[in-house]
Amino acid sequence: MKTDELIAALAADTKTVSRPIDRQLWIAIAGGAIVATLIFLLGVGPRPDIAAALETPRFLYKYLLTLTLFASAVGLMLHLARPGAVPAGWLAGLAIPPVLLIASVIAEILLVPSSAWSMSLMGKNAVVCLVLIPLLSAAPLAAVMWTLRDGAPTHPMLAGAVAGLAAAGIGATLYATHCQDDSPFFVAAWYGLAIMIVTVVGAFLGARLLRW
Amino acid sequence: MAQVTREEEWSALMRAAIDGDEAAYRQLLESLSHGLRAATRRGFVQAGAAPNDVEDVVQETLLALHLKRHTWDSSQLLGPWVRAIARHKLIDALRRRGRRIEVPIDTMLDFLAAEETADDLDRQDAARLVKELRGRQQVIVRAISIEGKSIREVAENLEMNEGAVRVALHRGLKTLAAMHRKDHE
Repeated sequence: MKTDELIAALAADTKTVSRPIDRQLWIAIAGGAIVATLIFLLGVGPRPDIAAALETPRFLYKYLLTLTLFASAVGLMLHLARPGAVPAGWLAGLAIPPVLLIASVIAEILLVPSSAWSMSLMGKNAVVCLVLIPLLSAAPLAAVMWTLRDGAPTHPMLAGAVAGLAAAGIGATLYATHCQDDSPFFVAAWYGLAIMIVTVVGAFLGARLLRW
Repeated sequence: MAQVTREEEWSALMRAAIDGDEAAYRQLLESLSHGLRAATRRGFVQAGAAPNDVEDVVQETLLALHLKRHTWDSSQLLGPWVRAIARHKLIDALRRRGRRIEVPIDTMLDFLAAEETADDLDRQDAARLVKELRGRQQVIVRAISIEGKSIREVAENLEMNEGAVRVALHRGLKTLAAMHRKDHE
C-alpha cells in the first residue's frame, strides 16, 4: 500500500472520530465515582458519629487532603492523556497534598503529648483502611484506565500511576467518611500506604495497557 | 512567518476534519506526510538505522494521528501535537529495530517545512500488513485505499450497507495500527 493510498482510507474514515479525550475521562471519573459511592453506601457506610465529626477540623482536614489529591491528580492526568511533554506546573501540583499532610503532622506533634503518639498512629482500623481504600478505588481506576487506552499518553507508566492517584483520591475521600481515626499520624501512615498501593497498581497497569 | 500561517492552516484543516470534512482531512494528511517522511528519514540516519522502511514508519505515524485525533486540544495549534506523536512513533520504531536512541527534539521542530516524496521501494512491509488483515476487513481496506473506491461503491459491490462498510474500515485501520506495533518485536 502506498502512503497516498493509506491517506485515501484514512480520509474515508473521517467521520468515526471519538469524543474528545478529556470529556471521555470526565465521564469515566464520574461513572467510577458513582459505582464506588454505591459500594460505599451498601457495604461500608459513614461512621456513626458523622454529624458530630463534621464539626471537627481534624475530620474535615482529611477531606481537604483527599480532595486536593483528587484535584491535582485529575488535572495532571488530563494532560498526560495527550501526547507531549509532562506539564511541570501540574506535576508540581502533586506536591500540594503531601505538603498539607506534613504540615498537619507537625501540628499534631506540637499539640498532642508524646505519650499518645503511638495510639494516634495505630488507630482503630489500620487494616480496614488498607483494604477499603484500594477496594473503593478499584472502580474509578478501572474506568479511567480503560478510557486512557483511547488516549495517547507518551509516558504510559506515569499516566497509569497518576490515574491510580486520582482513583485513590476518590477511594480515600469515601473511606474518610467511614474512618474514625482522624489523627494526621494515622492518615500519613495508613492512608499514605493504601494510596501508594493503588498508585503502584496503576503504574503497573499503565506500563502494560497504555502503549499505543 | 510562513511557518506560522501554515501551522494555523493545519489547525483549521483538522478542525474541519473533526467536523466531518473529508476533503480538508485528505489535504491535511497529504501535507503532513511530506514533513513526516523527511523527519523520519533524518531520525533513521541519526540512529544509524537502514532507511529501507522509513515509509512504514510514516504510515504508522499517520495511522496514529488518525486514530488519536480526539486527543488534540483544538484550542491549541496542531503542529506541537503532530510533532509529539511523530517523535513518540519514531523512537518506538527505532527501539523495535534495536536502536535505543534519544531523538533530539529539533529533529521534529523544523520537519514541518520539509518536503520529501515517497520512494517506491520503501513499502513492501505495509503491503504485507494489509495482506494479514482478515476477510472483509482486507477486502474493504484494499478497495478503498489501493483501488481508490468510495464507501458507497464498496457497499454496492459487497451488498453491504454503508454503515457496515464504515465500521469494517475503521476496525481494519485499528488492526493495521496494532500490527505495526507488533511488527519487528
